[in-house]
Amino acid sequence: MKSKFIKWLSLPYIIWAIGFIIIPLLMVFYFGLTDKNSHFTISNVLAIFQPIHIKSLLIALLLSLISTIICLLISYPLAMILSSFKKGNDKMMILIFILPMWMNFLLRTLAWQTLLENEGIINTVLSLVKLPSINIINTPYAIILGMIYNFLPFMVLPIYNVLCKIDGNLLNASRDLGANEIQTFCKITLPLSVPGIISGITMVFVPALTTFVISDLLGGSKILLIGNVIEQEFTLNSNWHLGSGLSIVLMIFIVISMLISAIFDKDGEGNTF
Amino acid sequence: MANFLKKLYIALIFIFLYSPMVVLFVLSFNSSKSRAKWGGFTLQWYTNLLSDSSIMEALLNTLLIALISSVVATIIGTIAALAINNFRKGTRTVLMGITNIPMLNAEIVTGISLMLLFIFFKVKFGFMTILLAHISFNIPYVILSVMPRIKKINISTYEAAMDLGASPLKAFFKVVFPDILPGVFSGLLMAFTMSIDDFIITHFTKGAGVDTLSTKIYSQVRKGIDPKMYALSSIIFITVLILLILINVIPNGNKEKAIKK
Repeated sequence: MKSKFIKWLSLPYIIWAIGFIIIPLLMVFYFGLTDKNSHFTISNVLAIFQPIHIKSLLIALLLSLISTIICLLISYPLAMILSSFKKGNDKMMILIFILPMWMNFLLRTLAWQTLLENEGIINTVLSLVKLPSINIINTPYAIILGMIYNFLPFMVLPIYNVLCKIDGNLLNASRDLGANEIQTFCKITLPLSVPGIISGITMVFVPALTTFVISDLLGGSKILLIGNVIEQEFTLNSNWHLGSGLSIVLMIFIVISMLISAIFDKDGEGNTF
Repeated sequence: MANFLKKLYIALIFIFLYSPMVVLFVLSFNSSKSRAKWGGFTLQWYTNLLSDSSIMEALLNTLLIALISSVVATIIGTIAALAINNFRKGTRTVLMGITNIPMLNAEIVTGISLMLLFIFFKVKFGFMTILLAHISFNIPYVILSVMPRIKKINISTYEAAMDLGASPLKAFFKVVFPDILPGVFSGLLMAFTMSIDDFIITHFTKGAGVDTLSTKIYSQVRKGIDPKMYALSSIIFITVLILLILINVIPNGNKEKAIKK
């Protein structure tokens, strides 16, 4: 191909990317590092150490870590089972996980209120079979459940993708050489699926850490996560400088998880889609 | 036994993922306005849906934004993917890195960064700002789904077409384009889905008076969701389900051929 000409074709996208990816991110730094009179300050970033902000950050870190770990524990066996089925089902599997997105994200999460409420569907069923009821609505547990529910597909799909790519001959060779199933899993399957695991962890951890909707809908607006604090600074208090300063802190965590995923997944093997 | 356990596990996950769907579907027939109690069966939310102009307007906005943003993103993204593939490795890595930013970044940061952009350049918040935001978060989905297809293209077929007298443009549309079409199409579908389901970025880039379905639902959370929303979501969900079944079941013959290539 006439590669010079073809290269010029990237120009519209490059302009777009500068205008709508790079400059907006610079804006966050500009607003985050200035005060209302456009003077340089780092007080907006340091505001994270105020008790209410640091508390919301720590709760968000805790809840998102727990959800990420549970997502991983649920997803790995699921991805293994799905990848053991005959090939050609790939599309169908992915569709099953994408399909819920067509029911609005907020309504899906709100439906969990109906399910979890003290007199809700789950407790009605539990009382019918004489089991103790669970009262987790408006608690951190409900938020964790909401996170797992919303982000589970982002853990399953990358792990499923790497597992499907593993050469079956490797597994057979390992068994021929006398390894049992557990050894084969630990020495072959698990190491080869690391890119998928890492990609899944970032794909779940980042949205869980930064969410404000799930805590809003399932936490009964009593539990503030760092996402809620930032959202309120932008929409209620219109204090863009403080909101941006706190976002810079949040971005530090995002960059760390991006770096980790870049180190473990150099070739983009663990891409979700 | 092992097989049974496997199926049981999948069934449990399936129930977990789809039980909220069932709840919403049931609620759309509930004559009581409260989410918590069942007031008897009714079809009134479905029949009243069309006459609710504010919901219809939000639906129209949602569909228009999803349609325009996914088509524009597909055009920009496909051309960009073709071009990016021709750069040297270093440049390519940088460009793909930038492309990955909106995918890996938190939605709230993407949302506020675009909000600040519009504030800084004094752009009036409204339909246009939502549309621009949606195009920019949709482009990466298109690039990432077209890219693998482009990498697989055998460049000799393109050159052969030109040797045989086709113009570069004709050679592209006759030889290269059919090969990348599945990627383009799944990118378009992905972008459309993401746009329809987006709340967070829309929340930060919308102006007063303009609503998509998501932002409308969010504004109703405190005072109670209008049951017509359940009816509308159920209709959308069932429509998509039927469409997907039709797409996946009927033309299976063609698809398998395409995959074998």
